Amino acid sequence: MSNLFKYTLRIADSSLVLGQRMSEWCSKGPTLEEDIALSNIALDLFGQANGFYEYAAELDGSRSKDDLAFKRNEREFFNHQLSEQENGNFGTTTVRNFLHDAFNFLFYTELASSKDEILAALAAKSLKEVKYHLRHSSNWLIRLGDGTNESNLKVQEALDFLWQYTGELFEMDEVDNDMLDNGLGVDNIQLKIKWDELINNTLKKAKLKRPIDGYMATGSRKGIHTEYLGFLLAEMQFLPRAYPDAKW
Amino acid sequence: MQNGDTKHIWKLLDLVPDPEIPVISVVELGVIRDITFADRFFTILITPTYSGCPAVKTFTDDIKKCLKENGIRNFKIKLIYSPAWTTEWMTEKTKKKLKKYGIAPPGETVVCPQCNSKKTQLISQFGATACKAMYKCSDCLEPFEFFKCI
Repeated sequence: MSNLFKYTLRIADSSLVLGQRMSEWCSKGPTLEEDIALSNIALDLFGQANGFYEYAAELDGSRSKDDLAFKRNEREFFNHQLSEQENGNFGTTTVRNFLHDAFNFLFYTELASSKDEILAALAAKSLKEVKYHLRHSSNWLIRLGDGTNESNLKVQEALDFLWQYTGELFEMDEVDNDMLDNGLGVDNIQLKIKWDELINNTLKKAKLKRPIDGYMATGSRKGIHTEYLGFLLAEMQFLPRAYPDAKW
Repeated sequence: MQNGDTKHIWKLLDLVPDPEIPVISVVELGVIRDITFADRFFTILITPTYSGCPAVKTFTDDIKKCLKENGIRNFKIKLIYSPAWTTEWMTEKTKKKLKKYGIAPPGETVVCPQCNSKKTQLISQFGATACKAMYKCSDCLEPFEFFKCI
C-alpha cells in the first residue's frame, strides 16, 4: 500500500467517523435550528469522506469506497482519536468540533496546494465547507464559554478532557514525512503554530482557560483507538455486513 | 445525435430543474461545468454544490432521463471537484428567479425577498438544504431562506 493511499484513507476516516458522530445528533438537537445545523455538518463530512474514499479506492485498486468504509475493523481505521470521542452534552460536541474544525480548516488550507491534483481539489472543496463549520463551532464556544456559570463550567470541563486528544493531530510519522518531502502532504509541525494562535484567540473570547499540555493520547496512525470507536463502527457497519447485497 | 452538437445538449439540460429549487435549472445553478464531444460520445462534466449534497444523485438521474427521452444515448457523466463550485457563477437572471421564488440570492447584503428591506437578521447558519441559511426580516418580520455565498 502506497503512502498516498494511507494518507488519503486517514483523511477519509476522520471525516467519516466525525460525520457519524454528528449524525447521532439528528432529532436530538437542543433546538430545531441546531438540529438542522448539526445534521447538515454530518452531511458535509460524509460528502468529504466520500470524495477521499473514492480516491483511496482508486489508488487501492481492489476495494470499493463502500468496502473501505464498511468492511474494515477498528484496528484498520486511522481516524484521529478526537473524531471518535462521544458527543456527550452539547458543550462537549461544541468543544470537540471546534478543536477538530480549527485543525481541518488549517490542514485543508495547506493541502489545497498539494502537488497531487486530486488531493488538492478535494481539499479546496472541503475547505469551503469547513470554514463554515468552524464559524459555527467557534460562535457556540464563545456563547457557551461567555454565557452562564453553568455553561462555562460545562465547556471548560469538556475542553480539559478533550485536550489530551489534540496532540496526535500534529504528529508526523513515516507516511506524513514522505508525503511532505514529495510536496504532497502537510507539515503538521508548522500547522501547530497556526492552530495554537487560532485556538488561543477563540478561547480568550470565550473566557475559557487553555489546558496545560499533559498526557497526550496517541496511536491512531497505527490503528489504535479509544474504546468508543468499536461501538460506533458496530452501529455504522451493521447493515452492510449483515446484508452484503443490500442496495441503498 | 451523432453530429456532436453540444449546444443542443446545453439547451436540453437547461430544461432539467434543480431538484431542491425547481425554478432554476441545473445549468443556471452552475453544476454543469462542460460538455464535450469526442469518439461519438458526449462527456458531461458535473460538480457538486456541497460535497454531501444529496441532490447530486437526483439531478444526475434527471439528466440521464432527460437526454434519453430526447433520443440521446451516447453520453457519459463525469463528476469533478475542481474548480470547486461557487455562487459567483450564478448570473443576475438566475438570482432574480431565486428572489421571485422567495429565496434571498447570494450577495454581500441579505435583502428580504418579500419587502426588499436590508434590515435582516440571521436565525441559523444552516437551513433545509446545505446551500441555504435561515434569516428573518426585521421590517416585515417574514422568515426566509438565504442562498449562502461560497
